[in-house]
Amino acid sequence: MAKMSIAEALRQAIREEMARDPRVFCLGEDIGIKGGFGGAFTVTLGLSDEFGHERILDTPISEIGIAGVAIGAAMAGLRPIADVQYGDFLFCMMDQLANQAAKMTYMSGGTVKVPMVMRAPVGATGRGAQHAQSLEAFFTHIPGLKVLAPSTAYDAKGLLKSAVRDDNPVLIFEHKLLYGSKGPRSERGALSPIGEVPDEEYLVPIGKGVIRREGTDVTIVGKLLTVYRALAAAEELAQDGIETEVIDPRTLVPLDKELILESVRKTGRLVIVEEDNLTGGWAADIAAIVAEEAFFWLDAPIKRVSAPDTPAPFAPVMEQFYVPGEERVVEAVKSLF
Amino acid sequence: MSNSKTPLLDMYRTMLTIRRFEERCNYLFMQGRIPSTLHLYIGQEAVATGVCAHLRPDDYLLSTHRPHGHAIAKGVAPRAIMAELFAKSTGCCKAKGGSMHVGDVNVGMFPAIAIVGANIPIAAGVGLAARRLGTDRVAVCFFGDGAANEGAFHEGLNMAAIWDLPVVYVCENNLYAASTPFPLAFKIENVADRAAAYGMPGVVVDGNDVEAVYQVAGEAIDRARQGEGPTLIECKTYRLCGHSRSDPRTYRSQEEETAWAAKDPIPRLAERLKEKGLATDETLTAIEQEVTALIDEAVAFAEESPPPEPTDALKHVF
Repeated sequence: MAKMSIAEALRQAIREEMARDPRVFCLGEDIGIKGGFGGAFTVTLGLSDEFGHERILDTPISEIGIAGVAIGAAMAGLRPIADVQYGDFLFCMMDQLANQAAKMTYMSGGTVKVPMVMRAPVGATGRGAQHAQSLEAFFTHIPGLKVLAPSTAYDAKGLLKSAVRDDNPVLIFEHKLLYGSKGPRSERGALSPIGEVPDEEYLVPIGKGVIRREGTDVTIVGKLLTVYRALAAAEELAQDGIETEVIDPRTLVPLDKELILESVRKTGRLVIVEEDNLTGGWAADIAAIVAEEAFFWLDAPIKRVSAPDTPAPFAPVMEQFYVPGEERVVEAVKSLF
Repeated sequence: MSNSKTPLLDMYRTMLTIRRFEERCNYLFMQGRIPSTLHLYIGQEAVATGVCAHLRPDDYLLSTHRPHGHAIAKGVAPRAIMAELFAKSTGCCKAKGGSMHVGDVNVGMFPAIAIVGANIPIAAGVGLAARRLGTDRVAVCFFGDGAANEGAFHEGLNMAAIWDLPVVYVCENNLYAASTPFPLAFKIENVADRAAAYGMPGVVVDGNDVEAVYQVAGEAIDRARQGEGPTLIECKTYRLCGHSRSDPRTYRSQEEETAWAAKDPIPRLAERLKEKGLATDETLTAIEQEVTALIDEAVAFAEESPPPEPTDALKHVF
C-alpha cells in the first residue's frame, strides 16, 4: 500500500496505462512542457520525461481541436486521455463532445467506437464565475457519454484505468479541492484526501457506487467534494443520535441506482448534496428516480442541497455562501425529522 | 499514385454512378418513398471522384451533410447507401444514420458528420492515429466553403499543420453556404489562401475538371503519405441542384445556373474521353446501362429489406 493524493493517483494511473498499452497517449494544454505545470493541477507532471513529447502531447489553446483530435484518434485506433485546464472550457468543445463523441457509435449502427477519456477539473475555488462550475449534470444528460466523479485516490486511479480501457467516450470530473493540499499548484482550502492505494494493479468498475458510511436513519448522496461535506455532517448528526448513510455513486453514468434505492428503502429519508446549480440538476434526477421507484419507503420529503441558481461568485464570503457546506447539509437532514 | 496513368474511364463510371444515384434518390424522395431530407451532390461529382481515385480502402475519409458522392467514390456499396436512405435495417448505418451520416468503416469512410466543420479537427486526430500506429494511411476531409468560417476549421488546420499530419483537406467551394453567397462571408477570393496562415500549401483547382482535381489531389495525398504534412485544396465548383430538398434556388440567377450547367463535369469528361480516344459513344452508353442496372439493384435491395424494429432505437448507444 502506498499513500497518495488524488493528483498522484491519477498520474500513476496514466503512467501504468501508458506503459501497458502503446496506443494510450495524453493531449492537452501545458501538460508536458519542460519547466511547465504538468497540466493545470500537476496530474501529468514529469510524464513527458518518461514517455516523451509524442505521447504527452502539448496542444495549442484549442479546445475544439483537442476534443476533435482525441475523437478522431480514438476512432482510428488510439486511446487518448485528453484534458482541459478547467471544466468550464468544456463548453468550448461542446459540439465535439455532445454531437460527435457521444453520437458516433450510435450513428454508425455500432460499427465505430470512440475510446477516449476527457478529464476536467470542477468546483468553485476563488476564481470567479468562469473557472468554477460543476458541469457533471450537463453531460449525464447526453446519451453516449460515460461520466465519472471519483472522490478518493483509490477510486481516481482505478476509475481512470477503467476509463482508458472502455471503448466509449468517458468524461472524468475531478474536484480542484480534492487533488491534494500539498504541491506547487495546491488550492487554498483544499482537503487532503490522502488515500491508500494498493501497489498491485486494480481497476474500479464503471457503474458501481460505494457506501462511505453506514447508517439507518437518513441517506445522503453526494459526489466529489460533497461526499466529504456529507461525511462531516454525518459526524455532527451522530451527536444528535441521527445515523446517516453516505453514498458516493462514483459513476454518474451509468448510475448504480440500486445502491441508492436500497439505502433509501432502509432509511426512509433522502438528501442529495451537490455543488452544481439547483435547477435541472443532477440532484433533481436522483430525487426523481427515488420518487418513482421508492416512494412508498419514504418517510419524509426528498431534500436537495445545491448551489443557488447564480453563477459562482468571486468574493470568498459569497463563494462560501454559494457552495453547499456541512451546515446546510445538517440543516437539511434535521428538517426531515 | 499520381504518376500512374489517369484512370479516366473508371472516374467517368464513378461520376455517372453518383449522378444517377442522386437523380434516383431525388425521384424516390419526390414520390415519398424515402423519408427525411436530401442534400444532393449533383454538379460536384468530379471532386469526390478525382480525390478518391487515389485512395486505398484503408485510407480514411471524413465527410459532411452532403455525403452520398463521397461514399460512392470511396467504395461504400450503393445498395447499402440506398437502404440507409430507405431507413432499412440493411443500411450502411443500420438505419441509425440516414442521408447525412452514411459511411462504412470497412472501406475507410466514417459516418459522415453533419455539423459544419466538425469533421476538420477529427480528421487531424485520424491522421495522428494513422501515423502513430506506424501506417502510411492518409485521411481526406471534405467540407464546403461554409465550413471554412467555423472555428473548428482554424483549430483543426492549425493542429494538422504543426504536427505535419497526413491529412488532405478538400474544400468544395460551391459558392453558396446554403443560400449565403461566398462574397458575403469571405473578404478574400480563395479559401485556399488561408492555408498560408497555417504554414501548409494551399491549392486552387477547377473542381469541375476531374483531371485537374485528380492531379492536384494526387500530389497532396503523396505528400501526406510521405509524412510531409497536410494540404488545403480548394475545388471551385457548383451544386446544380438546391441546397436541400425544399430549396427553390431563388437566391441564384438563371444566368449563373446556365453558365455553370455548361461546365457540368460529366459531359465535359465524356468529351475528353472521346477526344482522347478512350471511349466511343457506344462505350459511354454501355457504362450508362451498367450504372442504371446497379442503381435498379440498389433500389430493389433497399425496398425488399426489412425495416428496423422500433426498439432497435435503444441499441448502439455504447
